[in-house]
Amino acid sequence: MRKVIFLLFVSLCIMILALPGNTASPTTLTFWTFQELHKAFMDDAVETWNKAHPKEQILLKTEVYPYDQIHNKLLISLQSGVGAPDLADIEIAKFANYLKGKNPQLVPLNNIIEPVLDKLVKARFDNYAKDGKYYGIDYHVGATVMFYNKEYMDQAGVDVDTIVTWDDYVEAGKKVVAATGKPMTTVEVTEHWTFYPMLSQYGTDIFAPNGEVILDNADNIKVLTFIKDMIYKHKIAIPAPGGFHHAEEYWAFMNQGGAASLMMPLWFMGRFVQYMPDLKGKIIVRPLPAWKPGGNRSAGMGGIGTVVTVQSKHKDLAVRFLEAAKLSKEGAIKTWTILGFDPLRWDVWDDPAMREDNVYTEYFGKDVFDMLLTIKDEFNPTVITDKYPLAIDLLKKNVCFKALRELSQTPEEALKEAAKELRQ
Amino acid sequence: MSKMKKTLVSSFFSSPKIAPYVFVAPFILFFLVCYVYPFIKTIEMSMEQIFGFNDVTFIGFDNYRRLNNVHFFNALKTTTAYTFWTIMVLIPLPIILAVLLNNPATKGKSFFKSALFMPALTSVIVAGIFFRYSFGEQATTLVNAITGLFGMEPRIWLQERGSAMFALVVLCTWRWLGVNIVYFLSGLQAIPQELYEAAAIDGANAWDRFFQITLPHLKPVIIYVVTISIHGGYSMFAESFAYWQTHTPGDIGMTIVSYLYQMGFNDFDMGFASAIGVTLLFIVMVVNLIQLTVMGFFKKEVN
Repeated sequence: MRKVIFLLFVSLCIMILALPGNTASPTTLTFWTFQELHKAFMDDAVETWNKAHPKEQILLKTEVYPYDQIHNKLLISLQSGVGAPDLADIEIAKFANYLKGKNPQLVPLNNIIEPVLDKLVKARFDNYAKDGKYYGIDYHVGATVMFYNKEYMDQAGVDVDTIVTWDDYVEAGKKVVAATGKPMTTVEVTEHWTFYPMLSQYGTDIFAPNGEVILDNADNIKVLTFIKDMIYKHKIAIPAPGGFHHAEEYWAFMNQGGAASLMMPLWFMGRFVQYMPDLKGKIIVRPLPAWKPGGNRSAGMGGIGTVVTVQSKHKDLAVRFLEAAKLSKEGAIKTWTILGFDPLRWDVWDDPAMREDNVYTEYFGKDVFDMLLTIKDEFNPTVITDKYPLAIDLLKKNVCFKALRELSQTPEEALKEAAKELRQ
Repeated sequence: MSKMKKTLVSSFFSSPKIAPYVFVAPFILFFLVCYVYPFIKTIEMSMEQIFGFNDVTFIGFDNYRRLNNVHFFNALKTTTAYTFWTIMVLIPLPIILAVLLNNPATKGKSFFKSALFMPALTSVIVAGIFFRYSFGEQATTLVNAITGLFGMEPRIWLQERGSAMFALVVLCTWRWLGVNIVYFLSGLQAIPQELYEAAAIDGANAWDRFFQITLPHLKPVIIYVVTISIHGGYSMFAESFAYWQTHTPGDIGMTIVSYLYQMGFNDFDMGFASAIGVTLLFIVMVVNLIQLTVMGFFKKEVN
């Protein structure tokens, strides 16, 4: 009797599996990231995908690791040939490691990027390319902007729209310091998010396009000296509490209205919303002051490239899913509505969806993208070489720290020393 | 048939010649696979330039030549200073506390013992995060609040050379004090009580008894604790990572292992990282040999 029941059960199972038209069992893809927010974005993309592709269901298993851990785990699994996920996020400062040598362990994504390249900010894709092959897709443009605290500006009688150049900014800063007693801004001294955007905006870089190190050229020295003068000569800036703009000390300081303005890429909006809730409604977003009238008013900074690894057993599906999630118009809009990022596709910036209510428009107002559209052609590309991870590390640890905080070296000495090390 | 098999198996395991090998086999295998193989492989890798994935060139001692750079010497200096200060604190302090805990007159011994030992059971990273925030730079953080009581200005503890080292040694002391107390307590309990009684009859005061009886008898324990402290000090990584992750400003808290980690994983230069590892092993061996010789460890054996 028991045998009969068992046989019936087995045949039932077979019938269910063989039923025509039934949705196929979902394919499991794994995704590693270090940003909790990206998980929400990808989960949403999977939902959209599964609705559109009933026969190719995806089950996305996302694992969120700390920043260092994900990059190490990924390096080790790619090096040893086993254990890598289908999809992974790699931060821009680490990306060069994965492109080193003759055998990058990532899948080229040209076939999904090239068809829409004319609608994308190309500079943001060159960051993840080697020998004409694109290996990663970013989440955002990372337009560097100035976040002003409107209350302090009004108190000091400063109209931010009259701040055109950095010299204007310094003058406005002096008024703000006099009127409010608060520093005009904060400067990163243990990371590079002040110096690097400003030098990129100036039109210089760490490396020349041919890979030669130009970190110690006169322009870079001038930019770093300018930042130093903002702190110690004009006294309108202070080193960021905690050393950098992602320190817990900094968020606490800023949330209490610690400084009157802050220069960071647009993706820093997420940090405002999450960690500095008390500033809601007080912050206005404007382009950066230019170095000279008519100069660039922004710089594309930071980034996280999503990649497909060669170890994936479903490469084709993973690549097509990535295309739908990040390169489609719908996906591009979601990078704003879910993540608060400036989408890589220009053609959605004036889409009505960008003006709909979400946590970011509630916090910052609705005109962010009108402002962004005015600076859309003002990003210089950044050159990334094999030595980029070391270069960023030296900017953080040595150049900014020694020249701006410890004052053990002049800007020129600090830059010369770092450049010498990079040339070795 | 099965009976024969059984006797064969049981005779195999009960054979005095074979059984011991069977029992030690798991350890030997583990040792060979997880220690000896990686060790040999590291030496091999330290002589290779590993560029990207599966792209390896033999370059002899070039990686070792590259060690002659300012970051490595900074790391060596930091690590040596850290080891020195941890030994300076973590030998005398636990001895004093162990003597107090061993004194019959002390009250609440078991409470103090467990309270002092407890930190050793926590994870360095978890404790490190706590200390990282305690040493934060606002006036309201734990350490600044305490120094504020004495009228001191809030300090930026983790961005200056001296105070960074202080923060590292405080974390280490908090964590390992209890363990060292346990070592010294067991050493104290092995000292025959009669010696103290005889000394007391001869008129020795507490001070004399401590220096003439307690310390000399604790010498083997002290040698042991110094030896493991040198190992621990030179291989320190987690504490530094908890305070600064991988980018210590101006190398102020970068240890040799942090440097190795940074070169291996941040710059993906596995060959150079291996060379740092091998050099670290060599340095620790030399320091340990000097220390053991100075402390008379080998002399005793000759006698």
